Amino acid sequence: MIPAAFDYVEVDSAEAAIAALGQHGDEAKLMAGGHSLLPLMKFRLASPSVVIDIGRIADLSYINDAGDHVAIGALTKHRAVETNELLKSQVPMLAHVASQVGDPSVRHRGTIGGSIAHGDPASDLPAALLALGGSVVAKGPNGDRVIPAADLFTGFLETAVASDEMLTEIRVPKAAGAGWSYQKFNRRAQDWASVGVAAVRNNGASGVALVNMGPTPVVATAVQDALASGADVEAAAALAADGMSPPDDLNGDPAYRAHLAQVLVKRALTEAAA
Amino acid sequence: MQVEVTVNGQAKSADVEPRTLLVHFLRDELGLTGTNVGCDTSSCGACTVHIGGESVKSCTVLAVQARGEDITTIEGMASDGVLHPMQQAFMECHGLQCGYCTPGMVMAATSLLSENPSPTEADVREGLEGNLCRCTGYHNIVKAVLQASGGQS
Amino acid sequence: MTVMGTPRLRKEDPKLLTGENKFVDDIHVPGELWMGMVRSPMAHARVTSVDTSVAAGMDGVHAVYTGAELNDMGLWAAPLPCAWPVTDDMVNPPHYPVAAEEVHHVGEIVAVVLADTRYGAVDAAEVVEVEYEPLPVVPSIAAARDGDAVAHSDLDSNKAYHWPLIPDPDALEAAFASATHTIKAEFEQQRLIPAAMEPRGVLAVPSPAGGDVTLYSATQVPHILKVMIAATTGLSESKLRIVAPAVGGGFGAKLNVNPDELLSVTLANKLGRAIRWTETRSEAAFSTHQGRGQLQTIELAADGDGKLTGVRVHLDADMGAYMMLITPGVPLLGSFLYTGVYDVPAFGFTCDGYFTNLTPTDAYRGAGRPEASYAIERAMDLLANEVGVGPDEIRRRNYLAGGGHFENLETASTLVFDSGHYSPNLDAALELSGYDQLRAEQAKRRADGDTKHLGIGLCTYVEICGLAPSRALGGLNYGAGGWEHATVRFLPTGKVEVVSGSTPHGQGHETAWSMIVADKLGVDPDDVTVLHSDTAISPLGLDTYGSRSLSVGGVAIAVACDKVIDKAREIAAHQLEANPDDLDFEAGTFAVKGSPDKTMPIQAVAFGAFTAHDLPDGMEPNLQEQVTWDPPNFAFPFGSHVAVVEVDEETGGVELLDYTAIDDCGNQVNPLIVEGQVHGGIVQGVAQALWEGASYDADGNCRNPSLLDYLVPSAAEVPNMKLGSTTTPSTSNPLGVKGVGEAGTIGSAAAVINAVCDALSPMGITDMPMPASPATVWNAIQQAKNNNENGGGQ
Repeated sequence: MIPAAFDYVEVDSAEAAIAALGQHGDEAKLMAGGHSLLPLMKFRLASPSVVIDIGRIADLSYINDAGDHVAIGALTKHRAVETNELLKSQVPMLAHVASQVGDPSVRHRGTIGGSIAHGDPASDLPAALLALGGSVVAKGPNGDRVIPAADLFTGFLETAVASDEMLTEIRVPKAAGAGWSYQKFNRRAQDWASVGVAAVRNNGASGVALVNMGPTPVVATAVQDALASGADVEAAAALAADGMSPPDDLNGDPAYRAHLAQVLVKRALTEAAA
Repeated sequence: MQVEVTVNGQAKSADVEPRTLLVHFLRDELGLTGTNVGCDTSSCGACTVHIGGESVKSCTVLAVQARGEDITTIEGMASDGVLHPMQQAFMECHGLQCGYCTPGMVMAATSLLSENPSPTEADVREGLEGNLCRCTGYHNIVKAVLQASGGQS
Repeated sequence: MTVMGTPRLRKEDPKLLTGENKFVDDIHVPGELWMGMVRSPMAHARVTSVDTSVAAGMDGVHAVYTGAELNDMGLWAAPLPCAWPVTDDMVNPPHYPVAAEEVHHVGEIVAVVLADTRYGAVDAAEVVEVEYEPLPVVPSIAAARDGDAVAHSDLDSNKAYHWPLIPDPDALEAAFASATHTIKAEFEQQRLIPAAMEPRGVLAVPSPAGGDVTLYSATQVPHILKVMIAATTGLSESKLRIVAPAVGGGFGAKLNVNPDELLSVTLANKLGRAIRWTETRSEAAFSTHQGRGQLQTIELAADGDGKLTGVRVHLDADMGAYMMLITPGVPLLGSFLYTGVYDVPAFGFTCDGYFTNLTPTDAYRGAGRPEASYAIERAMDLLANEVGVGPDEIRRRNYLAGGGHFENLETASTLVFDSGHYSPNLDAALELSGYDQLRAEQAKRRADGDTKHLGIGLCTYVEICGLAPSRALGGLNYGAGGWEHATVRFLPTGKVEVVSGSTPHGQGHETAWSMIVADKLGVDPDDVTVLHSDTAISPLGLDTYGSRSLSVGGVAIAVACDKVIDKAREIAAHQLEANPDDLDFEAGTFAVKGSPDKTMPIQAVAFGAFTAHDLPDGMEPNLQEQVTWDPPNFAFPFGSHVAVVEVDEETGGVELLDYTAIDDCGNQVNPLIVEGQVHGGIVQGVAQALWEGASYDADGNCRNPSLLDYLVPSAAEVPNMKLGSTTTPSTSNPLGVKGVGEAGTIGSAAAVINAVCDALSPMGITDMPMPASPATVWNAIQQAKNNNENGGGQ
């Protein structure tokens, strides 16, 4: 299939991207690697009249040690996240989760910023960011602001990044000694997760987030609370689907997904504790 | 708009609509029809080419995004009539039947080996997760990639 | 034989590996117009208005046609063809390329645009405004059979035909009346999207002088297409040339006569412009037929030892919205195989065909035979449970000829099986799979209470290949013969040219045919060129489907080679001044018996035939023979497959751990190609068992038309396979060959589901719907657990 025609605007800086967004308003979409937006455009589920190509902004592809956290430029490719030594030592789950996105060719092209800004509940990286307690930097006409991951995903394919803002950086706290696990259950290796679980356990603190268990990437609050109040893995995992509204599709109905979430949370917590 | 790229070592240029997909730019504008289109959802990998030596699905890249890039297609793999070792391995292992997925499969497989020169069978299978073939059942494709890597087949 | 039977690399490969080959979408001609289809979003509706004005006014749009306008243009002499009216009273609603008044499935074409560019055709099609008045939808076979809605509003019922095959009704009745054990099982063969990696496509090019049209089509059947296009458009057959260039897989999906093919030819002819169209993948769920779509009921009758005494089968078959080329016949192709490899005294089969408001069904790899194999092989496992013996033992007790070698054996389904030898084949499969160790491992896991259950599934199948003896097809009301044509000619330089009516799309005909010729004529395979797939070069042929190429088309070549040798012998004898009967022919050279110095290579004979300076009186100066081979019987390959799966009780996930297949396709020409065919076939059947199935909602919308949701497996989902073979030559042809293109698919779905059921048998699970998705398996496990808790357990 073929995208509808659009005007193409190329920018060489985040500031220029913000300016272009201001000029074109809701008609415009930012495109980085294009691996979230172009598939929608090919089916004409998205038909922006202006595409702002941010893929050539030179200084937004980086993975930096920022003291207590690692800062990742929004245009950093999945492949770079997957193979980065700093991440592998300080935030190994994020590197691993990046290796689970799509397939190798997708990972060569898709960006972490694009994936997170898209906010797809079935996507891997948003759940990892939630479980890790990360945040993002949104740049707008009035400067930068930091949005905690917990506040980022506001609705189906909607985020707290405003329409005149651009997501420029992802921040993940260092967690070198933490136990972690990413459980992705899908029918084919290249598929989105039917259900996925990202779990981090660090000195008694736990971060657990779920993939494809509702309209947004979502924290398993009930599981986290139970763990905080001393519940064992089994008991905590039984709460995995509490408050969730999982989708009904060919990969499973809500009841099956609720069960799967419990199984996968249990496996994740067990692995993270090992 | 004008798109200038290097394809298989040669400078190429054409004036296209911004919405032109890279795969259609290669096929319809440059006449490089070895790269195929097998789906419309980035699922099948038939359109796989290299940009800067890395495999990408050219149905999910705009030609304008590829401006200035160094692109390799299946037409750039054999040199002077001698098959690339990966192509040779596919032939020797009967890793193709109808041949439609083959260009994309070869491009994905060479990219895989450049990142992991000594893969296990499992590495090869995982590494080719984004390329679909309907003829071979993958058995001989996996064998070919392992042979090309110099590993056990 | 020196070349045949030895693995040989394919001569097709270099061009495919370098991208040099041309598929239809790779071919361009000046002035071509792109066709875009406006497709119905409704499964059943009246078309109340079509507004083409906006589309027609767009830059680069050449024309827009509605169905009514196309009908008024007088392009059609007849509706799209169905070549297999299986009964005299079969219902066959007229089906034109573009619907004018009523649409009968989502994706049916309601208007066509012609534009200058690929993208422009999509843009224009999108702005054609069509209004519909919805009609009741028939979204499934069950709804067609049991519901009130009719799929075609001018029909009273959805039933298309009733077809019985009950050779001896009294014997069948008696078998069930006196049986010690009876089994009754129902299975659904879900709809499958064929998904050849190359989508279909057409390019119709009118001759500059007008009157002739060349159609390049991604088709398996250029010869059949030519006849059918002539019949449906009224264009003279002699004005049509059909070319199947490189074709990227078929699997039955490119064995049809499609609206796009008829539209491109007629519009190209009318406008004097080349017309092209390339299917998009997600469109293919509507624009290319689907496979399977059957509800099966199978009943077995057996004596106290589990020896079969009768098999009774009923099918309700989903035709989809229309009868395509062989839609109604596909379920019946399996009718003769529901007794499998077993000695069954009494047999009965009935099939009811129904219309639904879904994409038409038609041939898909195996076409009727995987369905039959699935039903009997699943039922045999149920019988084994009932009798209390292993799945291998129940099969052995029932093999034809007691599992021993046989030839030309008549079965209860009235066919004569050419040859078989089943027991050693099963022995080989069990040994290669490590069957006994697998059973031990399974027992250990069960004893340990492992939640990862090991399952081992068998399937011992037989299939019908070599379609087909023309008389047999006549008996089935099929509208054509089953022969194949070959011409073999020596060129003056001693090279050989073969013209074949078989039409490859990945099988490697050029390599295999060269090997046959090389063996027969004693030439180098590289000195043989095979011409095919272009009706101007190969005017006679019936194409490639039904595992027929080798056992019909390949045999035609072998027989033509024999005739070439016969003629060459006359020439050589004349020039060597010997009696033809005194000549030996070996390794490409004629030699006079007893006079080793008097020899003549066949290439020299060929040159002599060309110069014609010294030929026997009255002999025509060429060395070329042609043969149209009509097989005297089908061929019946068989095999034993063993699937090993692991079922995760907690998630319902099924992993295929290992797969073993011992196939017997008679004599092999190129074992490399045989193995490749089996590998691919196995995975296609495994895919039906575990991943694939076109799913429809109540409104007749396909829920998974794209490859995102229609789960064609990748390398990451399947294991390496262990293959072997036994060789039981066919008696149906002089090469002793059978056919192998569909074998893997025919064996593997049943083997995998048998394995899944075997894994879960301690829970009392005896059946699993396909595809056995994790959710499906998990739900079955929950149901079994509930049953067991409620006192129904074992």
